[in-house]
Amino acid sequence: MTDYKMHLLICGGTGCKAAESDEIKKSLKNWIDELGLEDDVQVVFTGCFGFCEKGPIVKVMPDNTFYVNVKPDDAEEIVKEHLLKGRPVQRLLYTDPVSKKAISDSKGMNFYKKQLRIALRNCGFINPESIDEYISRDGYMALGKCLGELTPDETIKEIKDSGLRGRGGGGFPTGLKWEITRNVESDEKYVVCNADEGDPGAFMDRSILEGDPHSVIEAMAICGYCIGAENGLVYIRAEYPLAIERLKIALNQAREYGLLGEDILGTGFNFEIDIRLGAGAFVCGEETALIHSMEGLRGEPTFKPPFPSVSGYLGKPTNVNNVETFANIPVILNKGASWFSKIGTEKSKGTKVFALAGKINNVGLIEVPMGTTLREVIYDIGGGIKDGKGFKSVQTGGPSGGCLTKDFLDTPIDYDNLIKAGSMMGSGGMIVMDEDDCMVSIAKFYLEFTLEESCGKCSPCRIGNKRLHEILENITNGNGKEEDLERLKLLSNVIKDTSLCGLGQSSPNPVLSTILNFEDEYLAHVNEGKCPAGQCKALLKYEIIEDLCTGCTLCFRNCPVGAITGERRQPHYIDQSLCIKCGVCYEKCKFNAIRLS
Amino acid sequence: MTKIKTVADLKRIKDEVQSKIKLRENSDHPEQIVQVKVGMATCGIASGAKETMKYFVDELEQQAIDAVVTQTGCMGYCYAEPTVEVTLPGKDAVVFGYVNKEKAEEIIDVYIKRGELIDGVIPITFKTIDD
Repeated sequence: MTDYKMHLLICGGTGCKAAESDEIKKSLKNWIDELGLEDDVQVVFTGCFGFCEKGPIVKVMPDNTFYVNVKPDDAEEIVKEHLLKGRPVQRLLYTDPVSKKAISDSKGMNFYKKQLRIALRNCGFINPESIDEYISRDGYMALGKCLGELTPDETIKEIKDSGLRGRGGGGFPTGLKWEITRNVESDEKYVVCNADEGDPGAFMDRSILEGDPHSVIEAMAICGYCIGAENGLVYIRAEYPLAIERLKIALNQAREYGLLGEDILGTGFNFEIDIRLGAGAFVCGEETALIHSMEGLRGEPTFKPPFPSVSGYLGKPTNVNNVETFANIPVILNKGASWFSKIGTEKSKGTKVFALAGKINNVGLIEVPMGTTLREVIYDIGGGIKDGKGFKSVQTGGPSGGCLTKDFLDTPIDYDNLIKAGSMMGSGGMIVMDEDDCMVSIAKFYLEFTLEESCGKCSPCRIGNKRLHEILENITNGNGKEEDLERLKLLSNVIKDTSLCGLGQSSPNPVLSTILNFEDEYLAHVNEGKCPAGQCKALLKYEIIEDLCTGCTLCFRNCPVGAITGERRQPHYIDQSLCIKCGVCYEKCKFNAIRLS
Repeated sequence: MTKIKTVADLKRIKDEVQSKIKLRENSDHPEQIVQVKVGMATCGIASGAKETMKYFVDELEQQAIDAVVTQTGCMGYCYAEPTVEVTLPGKDAVVFGYVNKEKAEEIIDVYIKRGELIDGVIPITFKTIDD
């Protein structure tokens, strides 16, 4: 084996791959070969580093140099300057937005300082396509420990003691779920991994499967041992091709090593894992709908109970856990329940992975201990609001969650606090909004999503959400009335109370939370016909300020509908009945003579 | 690929492959272990810094000393190349000049392992902006 003196880690997550990280790797490799460094430098494709905002990322070890926004053409300079002469390429380093200093070591970056990576421990560190690298990080040791030293009951007790709760959003205690499934008598049971991540803007599960697929495989085998199942299924959406590819590679490697299959580690325990591809329907993240989809039926939920733990896939007891939940399991067993339960808050232990998106400087994937405040996440890790704008709201929990105001910035994040604040943990999407976002439009956006994704089985969700959407549409078009707010609240509560599954039971949350926290904005729409954020086109009016207009005719010539009239060198006018509010005149005017009101 | 049949097999494979990523693991907490920086600018390389670096990497590995060996740019002591900066945990960095294989051996045996200074230390002649 060659002893490499340096390791070059290149992000191979979907985001960075889309930004040509394949080409960067090729180019780096070419220059390394050209300069005869192939025995000194190892080039490794890893999973996501999380700092997607500045991707593609290239990290040089052992000096921990963190290069951002790397392009294939930069490879020559990195190899010649840094690898050959030891001079980091300054222009590719991350610049701290506050101090304006270039930071070479990723540990000095605020983005990483407050993070604690448990589920993401191997993402951006190992090559996800190498089972050896996973093993060298204590991989499959937890499985060995369970099979060799612990009974299923002892293993379940450890998970229960750790306080781990489901990371898919519900927050059900994982150990308890395993125990319930274990206690059901059956000739056959199943372990299912829910990788049908459907929230818009969320990519936690994809990144784990892309960056560390073996951790999920190991945990599923442990779960199988605990509940008495010999078969596992990963339900993953087909639009995650890279995650599926890496998972397949990992499954084959585990089989070749005998870590999947028959008589694992000589203990007589058999376990095999299959992949089931989903078509990417939001409702299939609900466990009963997911199971029906795997059975080849329509992805529609059914009434619970019976819970899948009692009657699930093919009518057999089935334990369904989310990807991130599984990724925590091996660490808990290796380090012990007491280690894990020290992290986090009283009722929410461990860490949570969030996908930061929206109007925030550092878009990316982060993992923080439970109990970290929203302010720390948004301002310290996320680097604050884009373009120096003001913070307005943060949306957690995806289409099922709610929008929180700045009053909640100092709330420690955990399952119970978020519910108390009128939102929810969800699977970990976190979308930040600034002062330019109209909250009525945001609520409408999320409803459009649930409307599209509702399976249509139960009427409250199918019809109720449609009606909600119509009312919101009216408000944003300037046809709303004050009574609409009460109707929205009433209808929302009926939908929540009477829908069959979690999709309908939570779909009105964005509406309710925006009414609760941003009522004045709704009132401005319905009473004054104004959109305070200036987003609702129908409520906008473009006007020409007579004193400033020079009559240059530029707006007149560019208006696509001929709504502007006026003589040369004389002030122009906009005919409001013809104006389509496209904003072209506003952009073209050189004298700031067009006003938006 | 041979099958892993027992937990002992798994542990053996782990030990075998451990060294593959040790470099990455160590660089997560360099302040707790021995850090060796070899000056690898043109002057250093011309004077044999590459061989010196290889010697440090191999020897520290062989003697199972936890260390991070990195290359760095020109420290300015071109007259004394190859130059090597060694930082022991909790101590200030010390720069050695004219580090060929023999000198490197001495640095490992006397300074890194026993903590005793040896001849050939270059006094630091500059302040940095961090001081």
